[in-house]
Parts: sequence; C-alpha cells; structure tokens
Amino acid sequence: QSASEPASLPAEDISTNSNGPKQDSLFDDDPEDLFAEATEEVSLDSPERDVLLSDGPSPAITPITPPTSVLTPRIGLHDDMFTHSSFDEVKIEEEEGGDSFDIHISVSDPEKVGDGMNAYMAYKVTTKTSISLFKSHEFSVKRRFSDFLGLHSKLASKYLHIGYIVPPCAGKKHWMTKVKVGKEDQSSNEFVEKRRSALERYLMRTVKLPVLLKDPDVLQFLESSELPRAVSTQALSSAGLLRMVNKAAEAVNKMTIKMNESDAWFEEKQQHFENLDVQLRKLHASMESLVLHRKELSVNTAQFAKSAAMLGNSEDHTALSRALSQLAEVEEKIDQLHQDQANADFYLFSELLGDYVRLITAVKGVFDHRMKTWQKWQDTQMLLQKKREAEAKLQFNNKPDKLQQAKDEIKELEGKVEQGEREFEQISKTIRKEVSRFEKERVKDFKTIIIKYLESLVQTQQQLIKYWDAFLPEAKAIS
Amino acid sequence: LSTPQKHQRGNTMRSVSVDLNHDASLLIDIPDALCERDKVKFTVHTKTTLSSFQKPDFSVPRQHEDFIWLHDTLVETEDYAGLIIPPAPPKPDFESPREKMHKLGEGEATMTKEEYTKMKQELEAEYLAVFKKTVQVHEVFLQRLSSHPNLSKDRNFQIFLEYDQDLTVRRKNAKEMFGGFFKNMVKSADEVLISGIKEVDDFFEQEKTFLLDYYSKIKDSTAKAEKMTRSHKNIADDYIHISATLNSLSADDTTILFVSVQKVEGRVASDQELKLTELLRYYMRDIQAAKDLLYRRARALVDYENSNKALDKARLKSKDIPQAEEHQQQCLQKFDKLSESGKKELTSFKGRRVVAFRKNLIEMAELEIKHAKVSSTIQLTHFYTNEKWTL
Repeated sequence: QSASEPASLPAEDISTNSNGPKQDSLFDDDPEDLFAEATEEVSLDSPERDVLLSDGPSPAITPITPPTSVLTPRIGLHDDMFTHSSFDEVKIEEEEGGDSFDIHISVSDPEKVGDGMNAYMAYKVTTKTSISLFKSHEFSVKRRFSDFLGLHSKLASKYLHIGYIVPPCAGKKHWMTKVKVGKEDQSSNEFVEKRRSALERYLMRTVKLPVLLKDPDVLQFLESSELPRAVSTQALSSAGLLRMVNKAAEAVNKMTIKMNESDAWFEEKQQHFENLDVQLRKLHASMESLVLHRKELSVNTAQFAKSAAMLGNSEDHTALSRALSQLAEVEEKIDQLHQDQANADFYLFSELLGDYVRLITAVKGVFDHRMKTWQKWQDTQMLLQKKREAEAKLQFNNKPDKLQQAKDEIKELEGKVEQGEREFEQISKTIRKEVSRFEKERVKDFKTIIIKYLESLVQTQQQLIKYWDAFLPEAKAIS
Repeated sequence: LSTPQKHQRGNTMRSVSVDLNHDASLLIDIPDALCERDKVKFTVHTKTTLSSFQKPDFSVPRQHEDFIWLHDTLVETEDYAGLIIPPAPPKPDFESPREKMHKLGEGEATMTKEEYTKMKQELEAEYLAVFKKTVQVHEVFLQRLSSHPNLSKDRNFQIFLEYDQDLTVRRKNAKEMFGGFFKNMVKSADEVLISGIKEVDDFFEQEKTFLLDYYSKIKDSTAKAEKMTRSHKNIADDYIHISATLNSLSADDTTILFVSVQKVEGRVASDQELKLTELLRYYMRDIQAAKDLLYRRARALVDYENSNKALDKARLKSKDIPQAEEHQQQCLQKFDKLSESGKKELTSFKGRRVVAFRKNLIEMAELEIKHAKVSSTIQLTHFYTNEKWTL
C-alpha cells in the first residue's frame, strides 16, 4: 500500500445500502466506486490476490500484449451497440473447466421473522445444479435480507477493483425509499414479490460470473446452513460517504497524463456505457409514460362503457338498444384487459431497467478502477525515476552507505513497477472479457423480457378478437 | 402544414350517413380539397339530369363559410320550419395536430433523428385524418340536402352548387338581412319551451321525451369516446419513443415488432375515431337539429294558442274579429303543416339513425378484429420463424 493513500474505512463498515446524497430511487445505493477505497486494504501481495489472478485453468484468451499492441481500435461506435458478435477479438470461454453452465437458483417463501424493531424478512434460497463445485445437486438454505447485502459487500471488495463487474444488490435504502414516497405498500403482495424477484435476479446474475461462482463466499452463501451475520449493513454516515465519493472522483480527475491511443477500445466502451446509461433512463421514462397512458385509457374506457350503457337504455329501438348495451359490456371487458396490460408493461420492463441502471454504475466503477490502477503504475514509475536520479547523485558524491540503501530501494521499486504494469494489464484483460460477457447477457436479458412482453401483447390481442367476435352478431342483428 | 396540400378522394367512405347520393338526378360529391394554412377550399362537384341547372356536370370551389351561409339560410326559411335541417358541418379544426407539431419542433433536440421522423409522420397522418374528416362531413351535409325531396329544390342550394363566382358578397348580404336572429332564438331557451308545452299528440310527446333524454346521453357518450380515442393516440406515440430507444439499445427484430405494435395502436385509434366517435358526434348534432324542429313546432303551437286567446278577446270586445279569425286560421295551418311534416321527418330520422348505427358498429367490430388478428399474426410469426428467439 502506498503511503500516499489516505486512511480508508475498514472493510466491515462497508455496506451496499447507501444513504448517499439524494438520488433517484432507481440508483440511489450505488456508488460502487466507493468500495475502491475499501479495497485498498487488500494488500496486492496477499495470497487472496494470487488466487484471484490465477483463476482456474487458463481460459482461451488471446494474450494481450502491452498497451502499445496492434489491437485495432473499433471501427465505429455503432457496432458496439448492437450484437455481442462485435467483441470478436477477445475469445471468451464462458464455461470454465468444461462444465456446462447448469445452475438455477430460486428465492422463495418470503416470511417475516420476529416482531417490531428486530423483525426481518427471511427467504428460502434453493439451488439446483449439476456443477461439480457443489456438494450436492439440490439444496436449500434460509437467508435473511442482510445476508444478501453482506455477500455483495464481500464480493465487491474482492473483485471490483480488479475489473469484475460485480452485480449490485438493491439495498435497504432502495426499498425504503419506495415505501417512503408512498409508491409502495410494504406489506402488499406486489412489493414482497418485487423484492423476492430482485433478490433472485441478483443471485442468478452473480453466479453467471465464473469467477464469482467459484468464490468461497458464494459457495458458503448457497450451501451453508449457518451463515455468520453480516456485521454492518447499516448505512454509512452521509458525511463518510460523501468523502468517499469525492475522493474517488478526485482520483480520476487527477489523471493529468493522457493515456495513449491504444486505449481507444476503452475510450469507446466508456462512451458506449455513458450512452447506454442515457438510453436506459430515457427508455424508463417512456415506459412510465406508457403505463400512465394505459391507465388513462382504462379509466376512459370504463367511463365510456357506462355512458354507452346509459345511451342503450335511452335508445327506443329495441335491437339497437341491446347492441349498445352489449357494446358497453365489451368495453368494460376491454378495460380490464387494458389494466392487465398496464401491469405487464410496467412490471417486466421496469424492473429490468432498474437492474441495468444499477449494473451500468458498476461497469463505470470498473473502468474507473482501471484508471486508478494505471495511475498507480505511473506514479510508481515516476518515483523510480526520481530514485534513480537520486542514486546517480549519490554515486557522484560518493556516499557508499546511502548508495546501498538507494540501490535497495530502486530494486524494490523496479519490482513494484513491474507489478503495477502486470496489474494494469490484468485488469484491462479482465475488463475486456467482462464487458463482452456483460453485453452478451444484456442483449439476452432484453430479448427475454421483450419476448415475454410481446407474449402478453399477443394474449391481449387474442382476447380482443374474442370479445369483438362475440359482439359482431349483436351489431348485425340490428334491423 | 404550411404548403397547400391537395387531397384526392379515393375510395370514399361515408361513415355516418347512409342512403345518400343514390338518386342519379342529382349527385354531389367533394372529389378533392386544398388545404392552405388552415383554410380549406373544397371542390364541390355536381352531376345532374335536372333541367333547373345550366350544365349537367360542373364543379365550384367553396369555403367552409359558404356551407354555413347555406345552412343558415335554410334554417331561416319559413317554408322549411317543419323539416329537420341537416346539421351544419363543423369548422375544420387543425388545432390539435398543429399544437402537437409545435411541441414536436420544440422537443426536436431531445430525440433521435429516427424518432423525430416517425413522430412527424404520425402527425402528418393526423393532419390528413382531420382533413379527410372535414371533407367527409361537408360532403355529407350536401348529400343530405340533395337527397331530401324539399331541400334539394331550394334556390340557394342551387346557387351554392352552381354559382361560379365567389359567394362572399352574397353571404354578407344575407347576414345583413337576417342578422342571425332566428338562429339565436332557437339556441336559447328551446329546452324550456319544448318541455313546458302541453302536448296533445302522443307521437310528439314521446318524441320530445326521447329526444331530450337521448341528446344528453349521446352528448356524454361522444365526449367519453373522444377521451378514449385520445388515450389510444397517446399510447401509439409512446410506442414510437420506445421503439426508437430500443433500436439504439439492441437493434434487431424486436424493434420491428414494436413498430408494428405501434402502428396497430395508431390505426385502432383512428378507426375507432372514425367509426364510433364520428358517428356519435354526427348524431348528436342531428338530434339537435331534430330538437330544433320540435322547438319550431312548439313555437307554432304557442302562437296558435295565443291566436286563440286573441280571438276570444276580440269576440268579447266585438272588435277586429275577422282579422283575429284569419290570424288564428293561419296559425292553425302553420301548426298542422309543421306537425304533419315533422312527424314524417322524425320517423325517417329514426330509421336513418338505426341504419347508420348498425353499419358503423359492424364496421368497427370488424376492424377491431382485423387489427387484433394482424398484430398477433405478426408477433406469432416472428416467434416461430426467427431462430434468434430460441434462447
């Protein structure tokens, strides 16, 4: 750890639920970058670190030469936005060790345990898998909400700073905010279901990362009947958090030395994620507008139905009167359809969008870590340069004791510079792989949701056909 | 739309009225119209075998105000007091799409080029729909006149059809003559008068009760139908934004699907508007015209009753009895004429209304089914033919 690093908070105090500065409930708990500070604690030479670097049998990754490599910059930003196939220069082998990715986790049976202040939600976490890592093929454990947050906290502190996009877990603040603004009824089925579903998605995303799947904390979370209570999932003080946010931003801003253009890939990716962020928020806004309008349509349809019924009553031509009453009934049924569709619109899409806005914050954090790693390497290099100059001076002035010390320091620094370079290369390599995996998942996720959504639309259309088909003879019967 | 837009009538769909324009002796249609700023110039085309006209086939340009002039002169013609005068076509109203176009212009910076183009297309379609509607409603007005045994022979109607100069001068003169007096009278207090009267005739008693109630109900239904249609349009617009954003996120067939969903929503909106809302709106106005007839008859009854009172008074005073008798006779005749003609008119009106409702409700149901089938077919086809969907 370099001496210039300010004192950072001990790992246990870090929690995933932030009370950060007032932010939208969608992404209020995610200054994932904050954990950068905490991760300084993990010594670069620690055994854990080595484990992380050599994660299993080497995947088929095209070796990435030092930054001045021939990796051609992307042809156009456009390509990145579309399919995963554009990430061809880095071959990915998702399934390590030849295991097919066969694991399914479900979170179920939410139940309230205890009363009053000490009450908490507990969930049953069931894993079904054929992966040999696990002790058996199917098993369940009971976990409480803070256990999830604790798991995320540990994983973030271990993997974020070396370039892994650790999936975020919506914290206590996220759920509380929803309740506070009156949007949700805490005990409502919908709210409980949303939370359960979010936790399930969190675990599934987590195990999709091969490096996380193998992590002992993850294995313990899924398998152990007893889990040590996560110590601190309480919120950090706002002041403490604010300090961390500022420090991280400061560190990134300090990049005075411009990185060379072999980083074009990274520059473009960062731009890409900035754009993605904007697009997702825009999409979310459009979805909310759609839901609102569909709810309005439902209200208007119901009102029209009532009005048509009254008109039918007033009509003195018998057959027409009956037809108008039938029309009113059809419109009432259609109103119900509109309501169901509004729910489908919102639930499926909105939840996914919320997840991705949080995920992208994690992605941005990972890019920032790379910058910091690079900066550190550069700083060490500059320090080495200074030491060498000092050594030359000492040699000139013939001071043998100090000279030896200087030579020792230089040797140490040379080692550190090499290490700095290795770390930078490693994080760059990891990020490339991670981003590729992330994009693939994202496309897949969106497709899945869209299919589900369209299926619900199809169902609606087919119901509409039934209703109007039933009405048609009534209209034809008017003579 | 600042540039003049010409609109050709292709397959004319007369949605709200039926049985018009079948009598070959006088056929009227509006084959095209020009929209300049917000002024619409209609081309009124007449084909006739009647000798009262100078030519057998001719066209004239007319503005909305000309239609209003014609309507008003008909309303104010004593001879037609016993007829349901077809409701005047409403003024062409481009306010809604114009306002939206303005908003779109302001928000251009916040959307992608594709989104902007799509929104603009939607708005242009809306403009066109308003345009088509106004042409249709002006056409129906003329066709109601041409298919009416009495009104088709009206001198001013002929002038309207034939006079190849600008009608503006004539319009001004007419206004000076009548000053819109009668029209205003009709508008005010008619309900009170109609409902307050002692009705001797069962038929009219029933009609009165029915029309007053039906009018308020249909007015309400029209307003509610309009709100429904607006909601559909809003949803269609939302889908445009969503498709555009999805396109930039992961462009592939999903966006095509969304575009198709959006198109269907948009079409449902306009078809519903045309069939249901326009139908309700038109008959609301027609019922108002029927109410006006009842009003005029009620007025005539009041006049007759007053003339009776005057006669009694004259007999008592033994003064001016012949005048009073004659006046009473005239009032009675007028009243009888109105009652006889009114009965015919109201009976055929009912028939017309029922037929129109039937036609439009059937067409609306069929269109809804068609749209739902089309959109679910697109979606299902996509599911099964596209390998990308097999995850």
